Amino acid sequence: MNKDRKTNLISFLIILFGFILTTGLVAFRVIDEYTAQILTIGGINVIIALGLNLISGFTGQLALGHAGFMAVGAYTTAALIMKLNVPIFPAILAGGLVSAVFGLLIGLPALRLHGDYLAIVTLGFGEIIRVIMVNLSDITGGPAGLKGIPPFTTNFFWRPVLSFALVYIFLVLVIIILNNLINSSPGRAIISIREDEIAANAMGINVFYFKIFAFTLSAFIAGLGGGIYAPFFGYLNPNMFNFQKSVEFLIIVVLGGMGNITGTVLAGFGLTYLQEILRFLKDYRLVIYPLILVLMMLFQPAGLMGFFGNKGFSLTRFVREFNPKKIFRMKNPGKAGEK
Amino acid sequence: MTVLKAENISILFGGLKAVSNFNLELKAGELVGLIGPNGAGKTTIFNILTGVYTPTSGSILLQGRNDSLQNVTKFQPYQITGLGMARTFQNIRLFKNLTVLDNVRIATHFNTKYTIFHSILRLPAFYKEEQRIKRRCKELLKIFDLEQKSDELAKNLSYGEQRKLEIVRALATNPHILLLDEPAAGMNPQETQDLMELIKFIKEKFNLTILLIEHDMNLVMGICQRIIVLDYGQVIAQGKPAEIAKNPRVIKAYLGKENENDA
Repeated sequence: MNKDRKTNLISFLIILFGFILTTGLVAFRVIDEYTAQILTIGGINVIIALGLNLISGFTGQLALGHAGFMAVGAYTTAALIMKLNVPIFPAILAGGLVSAVFGLLIGLPALRLHGDYLAIVTLGFGEIIRVIMVNLSDITGGPAGLKGIPPFTTNFFWRPVLSFALVYIFLVLVIIILNNLINSSPGRAIISIREDEIAANAMGINVFYFKIFAFTLSAFIAGLGGGIYAPFFGYLNPNMFNFQKSVEFLIIVVLGGMGNITGTVLAGFGLTYLQEILRFLKDYRLVIYPLILVLMMLFQPAGLMGFFGNKGFSLTRFVREFNPKKIFRMKNPGKAGEK
Repeated sequence: MTVLKAENISILFGGLKAVSNFNLELKAGELVGLIGPNGAGKTTIFNILTGVYTPTSGSILLQGRNDSLQNVTKFQPYQITGLGMARTFQNIRLFKNLTVLDNVRIATHFNTKYTIFHSILRLPAFYKEEQRIKRRCKELLKIFDLEQKSDELAKNLSYGEQRKLEIVRALATNPHILLLDEPAAGMNPQETQDLMELIKFIKEKFNLTILLIEHDMNLVMGICQRIIVLDYGQVIAQGKPAEIAKNPRVIKAYLGKENENDA
């Protein structure tokens, strides 16, 4: 018990140190503004992809409308900030909550059925949201888009730092929530649904409840990502949240490995960065995505983390098993050899 | 004391009456066999009893945790498991890509005494309960000699071990009635012999009432106290093993009718 607490404390300090270090690097422009911006967008993409991973990777229910949830979160946050002068933090949370309500409403009928019905329903949902956003011009600015969403701060020095810090905090929170959920009894129940729904039900797992829970949480996280996106970008257009965007998130999840948190984080940042450095290829860069996907499916169908035995990186495990003496002994092969 | 009672259950699949007017009464501590030719409706009955199918007519009464019979006809499978009736599957349905330990731990989920809230915040109750679950699952695995394999993926176990793991997983739900669907399928005579001993052992140790489907007559005749024979969805005979072995209707159902012209 005490050891667990110690492990958690050390892990927390490492995360805090990472936060101060990276934010500091951004503040002193060691990481230049351009890179910081890519990292921030990457972080937002990772957050939403993690949400998608929960329902598609861990629960095994394919969802194709996460750009729709992102849109709901983004527009809710923007409207709250612009029309009602709500502060940024509660506005982002509200974006997530409204998105979760949509998730619940869609999940209730769609998740009653077995199979790929959720994919079809979410596909429709994404498109419906986009069309609604185009036509609801009072709140969303219609097809011309919504301009002038106030940023986190107008100060040019602090702007990239604050965006980066905010995404860092939310990303870490989402990772902790997902990780703690998955590595627990309810998490195992969720994974058992992916493995065998009928057996899970027969083992006393309320399959419908956990599907709904996972999908609602997934929608909440995607809405959160959208909520951060709105003030960061300052401009929203319904066509940003098209079907292609949903597929981008799915590619991140598949590439990282279904049901692997570490993989999603790596693939999310990796693909976002790749998209930026390949800008000179213009539209041809869109070919790169599918190409990577095809190659991955041919050589490592389990995704990126398949190279590492499909085990994700766990900070707490690392801390728990980290033993300075062991490393020291390894440097003295004579001593280690004796035993 | 009656722990499970099925009254006149019938089920229709389209125009096909897969089970008609099936009656069953299980007394506490009984070991009953359900046999019949392929397609007789044995597994369908299991699926009705465990809530996978809702019967077209008839009702099922199950003894819950509070010792009184309760109507569970329209219950979902997880609710029935929660009341203490667990099952195994004819075609092995393990969580193949998870470890042996996780397979068993999943079955303890509805007995877990912490909520999602506890697990996300990693409250002390979480650590305490996780330890208890792990200890209990390891104990169960030890009984079946699977303890040292607890970190292996279920799909990497041998066939016999997978069959055993199915039983462990069902036991982890803490049942008082256990339904075994062809537990000896695909086993050699020696393995079947071991399985018989094991079934007798767990029945005593966990105070179980067992209903089992099996084609292996040695096993059925060897351990069942009572046998129910099913053909074309109807009960054609029931009684003690010795009576069943001599019953002409049973022999006819299994071996077919002699041609009347030849007789």
